[in-house]
Amino acid sequence: MVPREKRKFEIIIECPEEIPCNPCEEACPRGAISIGSPITNLPVLDSTKCSGCGLCIPACPGQAIFILEERQDGETTIGLPYEMLPALELGNQVTLLDRGGVAMGTGEVVKVVSPPAYSRTAVLQVRCSPTVARDVRAVKKVFR
Amino acid sequence: MIRTKIAIVGAGPAGLSAAVELAREKLDVLLIDEQEKPGGQLVKQIHKFFGSQQHYAGIRGIEIADQLFSEAKALGVKVLTNTVAYGFFGSHSIGIHQPHTYELGIVEAERIILATGASENPLWFPGWTLPGVMGAGAFQTMINVHRVLPGKRIVVVGSGNVGLIVAFQALQAGADVLMICEALPRVGGYEVHAAKVRRQGVPIFFQTTIERALGQEGVERIVLIRLDEHEKPIPGSAREIKTDTVCVSVGLSPLAELAWMAGCQFCYMDAMGGWVPVYDAWMKTTAETIWVAGDVAGVEEASTAMEEGRLAALGVALSLGVIREKRALDRQQEVAERLAELRMGPFGEARRMAKEHLGRQ
Repeated sequence: MVPREKRKFEIIIECPEEIPCNPCEEACPRGAISIGSPITNLPVLDSTKCSGCGLCIPACPGQAIFILEERQDGETTIGLPYEMLPALELGNQVTLLDRGGVAMGTGEVVKVVSPPAYSRTAVLQVRCSPTVARDVRAVKKVFR
Repeated sequence: MIRTKIAIVGAGPAGLSAAVELAREKLDVLLIDEQEKPGGQLVKQIHKFFGSQQHYAGIRGIEIADQLFSEAKALGVKVLTNTVAYGFFGSHSIGIHQPHTYELGIVEAERIILATGASENPLWFPGWTLPGVMGAGAFQTMINVHRVLPGKRIVVVGSGNVGLIVAFQALQAGADVLMICEALPRVGGYEVHAAKVRRQGVPIFFQTTIERALGQEGVERIVLIRLDEHEKPIPGSAREIKTDTVCVSVGLSPLAELAWMAGCQFCYMDAMGGWVPVYDAWMKTTAETIWVAGDVAGVEEASTAMEEGRLAALGVALSLGVIREKRALDRQQEVAERLAELRMGPFGEARRMAKEHLGRQ
């Protein structure tokens, strides 16, 4: 386990429109995301308060929050919400997709977090090449 | 004949919220719904909802339906499911029909709240009656309620939130979504919903619509056509796509037949989905015994429907003299403030203005 203070991460919020929604604000245990009133305000992230816990990722109904992480072992992961079946498991090789669904090579699922509190939104950590990690927004659904 | 103090037609988010609010005032409430399960459109919404905690944000629609219904049941609300409210016989009597048992009956109520929702708009093109052409909402009912996938290669017509959400849910259900086509040059719904389907490789084609559907037993191919800036077809732009399912999501219209039948005054509002009954600040129509709430009072969101249900309930309780005016006014103010917040931002503006216009009628 890498100590928290050594982690290098970045929360990416892609919420560009003023829609009435604020679960990300409620979900953050450190008050790092603020929306306030009116509820149509865009979320503002205070990265100095962010611990990188990622609780905002499954909370966002728009699936618009991601976490980019450069780990100490030199590997890069992208954390993203996943609501497809079949569920993905540790070690699965996945096709990485950008915002337009264009394939950006393959990655490996290195962590799956899906406790009951996430209400069936799994948060995947996918190891990928550092050159593409920043632009990965999804992994391709596997058709049975 | 069934007698009740208050009858609510429609057990969706508006009707259920109104029922809960009235039952809290210890009033006798009967909910009437034509479906097997209460919840209205919530029962097929498997996605997490937007909004705030008060509007069950972050909770999936189906779970919101369960929560609201449990609350209503715990408060003693009576429910008639599989029951169609088909008409009025005077200002206090609703004709009901239970198609499964061929039972006919009358519900007598002192006050009536219509929370009948909306219906999907059709799109007329040659081949629109072929099996495989359906409302996006109908497709959603099949995959999420009945767990039947009606096709494998889907084209969605219309990029409003319904079209975008259904496209994503079709992917979740295992279908291949070929594209979403949109007559306008921009996405109709929320960008976050559009982003979810785009990143799964579903393209959104703008200024494009369906010209016809072709096939023998059902849809086999469709012809798409490009539209110019005046939404007129561009000659020579037609192209054929192999598909078996066309999901039409081109808006909703208030399901207001009962309000027409009751002689309510109506007003045409484009931003509200068409003809809507005129109502006051308590959601009371121009008919003495009838209140409205939710999409029947102008097509919006589940969150606004819940608030309007509460508002109508307050109006009914006040009219029956079971709630003090001061308390009713305070609560009305709270609900009005939340509604105003929900209607802010670029997506709420037209609806807010339309609602204000309606309120001045």
